[in-house]
Amino acid sequence: MNVRLYVWQRATAALMVPLAAVHLAVIFYATRQGFSAAEILARTRGSVAWGTYYALFVAAVSIHAAIGVRNVLAEWSPLSERRAGRLAIAFGVLLAALGFRAVAAVVL
Amino acid sequence: MTIARHLKHRTGTLWLAALVHRLSGLALAIFLPLHFLALGLAVGDAARLDGFLRWTDQPLVKLSEVLLVFLLTVHLLGGLRVLVIENFDWRDGQKQLATLAATVSALVALFFLVRVF
Repeated sequence: MNVRLYVWQRATAALMVPLAAVHLAVIFYATRQGFSAAEILARTRGSVAWGTYYALFVAAVSIHAAIGVRNVLAEWSPLSERRAGRLAIAFGVLLAALGFRAVAAVVL
Repeated sequence: MTIARHLKHRTGTLWLAALVHRLSGLALAIFLPLHFLALGLAVGDAARLDGFLRWTDQPLVKLSEVLLVFLLTVHLLGGLRVLVIENFDWRDGQKQLATLAATVSALVALFFLVRVF
């Protein structure tokens, strides 16, 4: 892993510490309440705060996971670093696309 | 003899912590696209998301959620330990901190298990 990727990996990790902690709290809260889809969407739709929070989370996790997958592929698979990098970028783009679609689905 | 010597470090607590961190991250990376696809069901039709939420009431799905809560917590706490090591003064007791992270994660998952059943 080069320095640029290392810095992105650690910066997104630091950003996600509070985001993931809040996400865990939301998981516990939502499970307790046993929400229906309508109840969940009533709380999230039109919310700038939830929209910003989840968009930031998706952006950070897409970068973080892509770099992690790249490292695993480069170290644990027979793929070359170059090929591992390309696959990781494709994975990150897919994750971001699906993630932003999910955010749009629950917020817009 | 030589192989055993080379593999000796792989029984250490911190080596195990690094392995757990990597495997939990990999598992979360595999789960995330499915998670996003499930949430995407709400696009234009909340009834589809409702159908999915009812599907998640199955015991096996709930157990999978408990595992995911463990994986997220252990990856979060393990990552936090790495960030602290890299950005602050060295502290002794890293093995104990790694064990504490795994224990807290197991307790959080257990607490979640009690809530969902």
